[in-house]
Amino acid sequence: MRRLLPWLFVVFLASVPQWMHDQYFLHVLINTGIFTIAAMSLNLLLGFTGQLSLGHVAFFGIGAYTSALVSLGFDLHFNDSYVFVFERKPVWFAFVCGIAVAGLCGWAIGRLSFKVRGAYFVIVTISFAQVMRLVALNWVDLTEGPMALNNIPPITLGIPGIWELTFLRKLPNYYLILCVAVLSYIVIHRLVHSRAGRAFIALRENEPLAASVGIDVTRYLVLATAVSAGMAGAAGGLYTHYVRIVDPDIFLFIYTVTMVIMVISGGKGTLAGPIVGGLIFGMLPQVLREFARPEAQWIIYGVAMMVIVLFLPQGIVPAISALWRRRSGRSPDRSDPESKTMAGLHTAPGAAP
Amino acid sequence: MLKIEGVTCRYGKVTAIRDISLEVREGELVTLIGANGAGKTTTLKAISGLLPPAEGRVVFAGEEITRASARRILALGIAHCPEGRRVFADMTVQENLDMGCYLRSDKAAIVRDLDRLFARFPKLAERRKQIAGTLSGGEQQMLAIGRALISRPKLMLFDEPSLGLAPTIVEQTFAIISEIRGEGTTVLMVEQNALAALRMCDRSYLLESGRMTQSGTGREMIDNPHVKQAYLGG
Repeated sequence: MRRLLPWLFVVFLASVPQWMHDQYFLHVLINTGIFTIAAMSLNLLLGFTGQLSLGHVAFFGIGAYTSALVSLGFDLHFNDSYVFVFERKPVWFAFVCGIAVAGLCGWAIGRLSFKVRGAYFVIVTISFAQVMRLVALNWVDLTEGPMALNNIPPITLGIPGIWELTFLRKLPNYYLILCVAVLSYIVIHRLVHSRAGRAFIALRENEPLAASVGIDVTRYLVLATAVSAGMAGAAGGLYTHYVRIVDPDIFLFIYTVTMVIMVISGGKGTLAGPIVGGLIFGMLPQVLREFARPEAQWIIYGVAMMVIVLFLPQGIVPAISALWRRRSGRSPDRSDPESKTMAGLHTAPGAAP
Repeated sequence: MLKIEGVTCRYGKVTAIRDISLEVREGELVTLIGANGAGKTTTLKAISGLLPPAEGRVVFAGEEITRASARRILALGIAHCPEGRRVFADMTVQENLDMGCYLRSDKAAIVRDLDRLFARFPKLAERRKQIAGTLSGGEQQMLAIGRALISRPKLMLFDEPSLGLAPTIVEQTFAIISEIRGEGTTVLMVEQNALAALRMCDRSYLLESGRMTQSGTGREMIDNPHVKQAYLGG
C-alpha cells in the first residue's frame, strides 16, 4: 500500500486539470510545482548531506538565464573588430544547456568551498548568488540588465515538420512540470538509496567516522552539489520558458528563503518533505489572498511557519510518520521491511510521491 | 608492518606531535599510552590519513602512505576504530555494518563475514534493525569494533576503547581485542588506562606533550620507575 501511495498521488495531480477549470488556480499550481522541484533539489544537499546552501537560487537563476539565452541567441562584442554571434538554438536543447551549466557551477562551487565546510559553505553560496545577481544586472550587453530578457520562446518538443508540441498554454505546461517533478523525485530516490546516498547520510551523521570507513568526503559532497544544482537549473529553465521573461530579480535572496522554508517545514532529509512543504507554502499565499486582508496575509504565513517549526521541529512528514507508527503499534526499531531504508528516508503515508 | 619515522602533525599553527617514530611488527599488540592531550589520538589520525602529517614518513607493508587518502589507507588494510562517538547514531546496526563494508564489493564473502560477526556478537544480531544511537555504550563499542573488523583489516587502530564504558564492559572489550589479535590481526591501541594496556600488550610507547619519551615491552614499562610514578600511581 505504501508503495502505491506516491503513484496514486501522481494520478491525483494529473487529474486535477480535468475537474478544475480555473486558469488562475492552474497557474498557481504550476508556480508551486516549479518551486517544489527547486526545494527537492535543495533537500538533497541540506537534508541528506547536511550542507546548507543559502544561495541555491543562484543555480535556479543560472538555469533560467542559460536556457533563455541559448534559445534566444545572443552576441558578445569583445572589441570593435570581433563579435561573437551565438545563433538561437531549439528550446529543448537550451533547457538541457541550462541544466548542464547550473550543474557545472554547482560542481565548481562544491570544489571551491568544501575545503571549508559549515558556515563557510553558507557564506560562499550566499555570495555566489549575490554576485550572479550583480552580473545579471550589469552585463547589459548579454542579459539586458534590469530591462530583462523578453519574448523567450516556450518549450517545444517534436520532430520538425511532422509533429510538434508547443508548451505555450497552461495545461501542457502543467503536465510538463508534473513530469519533470516526478523525474526529479525518481532521480533523488535512486540516488539516496544507492551507495552514494549512504555516503551522503554517513557524512551528515558523523564526518570523521565516515572518512574512517573509506568515504571520500569531498567527492561525495561535490557530487551532491552538482546534482542538486543541475536540478535547480531545470526548475529555472521551466520557469523561464513558462513566464517567458527573466530579470535579475530572479536571484533575490527571498527565493532561497522560500525553498529553505519548504524543505524545513516539510521535513528535511525525507523524500516527501519538500513536496509537502512546497505544496503548503507555495499555495498558502494564494489561498490566503481569497479570504484574508492584504496586511494579514503575510502575518498568517509567518505564524503558520512558526507554529510548524515550534511544534513539529522535524517537519511535517516525520511527524506524520511517527504518528502513523504509534497508531499502528509498531515499535521504533523499524523492524518492518518497508522502512528498511536509511534514517530519515521514511515517506509519510498519503503525503508523497 | 607499520613504520612511522619522524612524524610531526599540526593543527593550524599548534604542533600536536613532534618527531614521533614507532614501529608495529606483524602480529603484535602495541599500545600507545600517555596523559590527555599528549598526542595519542593525533598519532592514530596521522596513520589512518585523517590528519596527514606535516613532516615525516608513514610506511605500511612496504608502501609509503604518508599523504595517501583515508580511503586508500583503509583499502590497504588499516582500519581505524575512533574514540567518542563511535557509531552512526541514526542508522541501524545493520546499516552501520554495511558502512564498514563500504570499500568491499565481494558480496558472498561479506555475507559470510557478517554471519561470523553475528556469531561473535549475538547482541548485535538480536538488534540488527535497531537504531545504533539507542544501543547501550557497550553495545555501541561492540558495533564499532564489528564495523572496523568487517573491512577485513590487517592492522586495527583502537582509540581509547575503554573510554566512557562500565568496568565490566571495559574488561570485555579488552578480551575481544586480545581475541582479534589472537586471530592474526595486528593491533595498535591508544589507551589511558595504562596498567590494563601494559598488561595485555607486547610492546608500548609513552607519549608526553607530543613527544615519544619511553618505549619497551609491557613488562619493562610497568617496571620503569618514571612510568610507574607518573602513570601507574607509584
